[in-house]
Amino acid sequence: MTDAIQALGSGGYASAESAARIWKAGLYAALAWAATAVVTVALPDVVPWGSAGLFAAITGAGAAILTALAFSVSRLGRAGERVIYYGPWFIALGIWFLLWEVSTAKLGWLPKPFFSPPHGLLNVYVVDGPRLLVCILYTLRLWGLGFFSGIAVGFIAGVALGWSARVDYWGMPVLKLIGPVPATAWIPATFYFFPTTFAASIFIVALSAGIPVAILTASGVSSVNRAFYDVARTLGADNRYLVFKIAIPASLPHVFVGLFMALYYSFAVLVVAEMLGAKYGLGWYIQFQQAYSGYANVYATLIIMSVICAGIIKLLFVARDRLLGWQKGIL
Amino acid sequence: MALANEAVARPRSVSLDVHAVSHAYDLEGRVLDVLDGIELAVRPGEFVALLGPSGSGKSTLLRLAAGLERPRAGALLEDGQPITAPDPSRILVFQDPTLFPWRTVWWNVATGLEARGLLAKHRHRVDDALALVKLETFANAYPHQLSGGMAQRVAIARALVNDPQLLLLDEPFGKLDSLTRLSMQNELLSLWEKVGFTALLVTHDVEEALLLANRVIAFSDRPARIVAEIAVDKPHPRRRDDPELVELRRAVLATLGISSDV
Repeated sequence: MTDAIQALGSGGYASAESAARIWKAGLYAALAWAATAVVTVALPDVVPWGSAGLFAAITGAGAAILTALAFSVSRLGRAGERVIYYGPWFIALGIWFLLWEVSTAKLGWLPKPFFSPPHGLLNVYVVDGPRLLVCILYTLRLWGLGFFSGIAVGFIAGVALGWSARVDYWGMPVLKLIGPVPATAWIPATFYFFPTTFAASIFIVALSAGIPVAILTASGVSSVNRAFYDVARTLGADNRYLVFKIAIPASLPHVFVGLFMALYYSFAVLVVAEMLGAKYGLGWYIQFQQAYSGYANVYATLIIMSVICAGIIKLLFVARDRLLGWQKGIL
Repeated sequence: MALANEAVARPRSVSLDVHAVSHAYDLEGRVLDVLDGIELAVRPGEFVALLGPSGSGKSTLLRLAAGLERPRAGALLEDGQPITAPDPSRILVFQDPTLFPWRTVWWNVATGLEARGLLAKHRHRVDDALALVKLETFANAYPHQLSGGMAQRVAIARALVNDPQLLLLDEPFGKLDSLTRLSMQNELLSLWEKVGFTALLVTHDVEEALLLANRVIAFSDRPARIVAEIAVDKPHPRRRDDPELVELRRAVLATLGISSDV
């Protein structure tokens, strides 16, 4: 809504005052970013962190781009409107970088090794980039195998629980007992049951993703309006049709809630799952660096993890909007 | 019984015989008698309205006729064959359109054909059914985009696409505004005349029953028994203010124990 109003507002200005209009927020943001760049190179680090020059170059380039945008954004159409919408965030980021630089590297109020200036994190990517890249791939492999096998089993189990009274009778109490137990509590048992630690790690991730999907799918299937089944049965539907064409699509909104929960849980246990004798992976990297007080590396890795998680959540939202477009106007 | 002759000739319809049907529900440990010895013979192609107070078991009779439930006593026969399970030859239209919200109008109507594996060969029947209820331009709309009347027309098209020989209508217009209801009553009537199915309509609207049906069956309070049977011999289209219908209405209301002065 605010988005639309802003878009209307800026559109109106653009036509009224043509290209002469200057985006003031952009100038303020450029100022903050430029200040960060200057402070980073002009003042010495209390303890050297490395990559200060690169960070100054990046923030300086950011300032230059923001300055250019300040004079041209009104001619950029829809993309320009998005940029204007995020103007306050650009300012906040610039100020945040500035304060962060000053309080860590420049004044040492927040000391090494517990805190790192932004260029300290940047330095981690520069120095340890290739290894982090390998770690990302290992983590994605573990997460992908665990998450997808977990939600597949969870979904099938959920449909069975929601559909069949007998499966519900035996399965639901078990699920309710297992559900609240943290997936990590199974580690001792998994070591015994699985041939490799990698398989055990996959199981831990799968369990954390599967349980919320199973519970929410079951509640979705069992709460489907009975009248839908009556209608479908009078139209000649058999049980197979009722499950696949009525129960499952009708319960998809619940399933997606479960998927979002599964995503968060699986990411949360990822670090622990990678404790189990992994040789690479972001979780393993975090623990390894923690042991050597490499907190800058820990922070830098956490940023990577949250970016990956946010990206996957975005994908899940896109999938949901495609599959559940019919819900518009109902919710 | 002037209409009996006309009704016999209809090819795409069946008879429905209800023999000494009694039914009850278990409600929190108590047995709730709903139907008590219902005896009813609906001829092929006939339009019969079931009239009675709400909660009197009219809808239960439709569920039994659809095969969604089995009666506790007695039997229901479709063309002499016992009704034991749902069958697409008998289709129930509910008071709520009960459209599948995740399916477009076209796919809602296609449900019956798809469920029976007939869709690939009979796609045109979906389009025909939509044309029949004048909704072909809404084929790709989702149910939440439809008005109440349009949604109920989709529900009727979803029933008709299966070529039902017996259409069971459970207060199909009960939730529509009065203007929409009038036009829907006319549409149902013209569909019935055009397609030729046997129709069993549950309603608590005396006027609706008298406007549409060949025969009006009045039910008592629960447990329901048939208290009156009124033949309506007037040809369609009927006028609401027809003095004979007004007189019949008074008579029906009197049998139901309601004064028409209200």
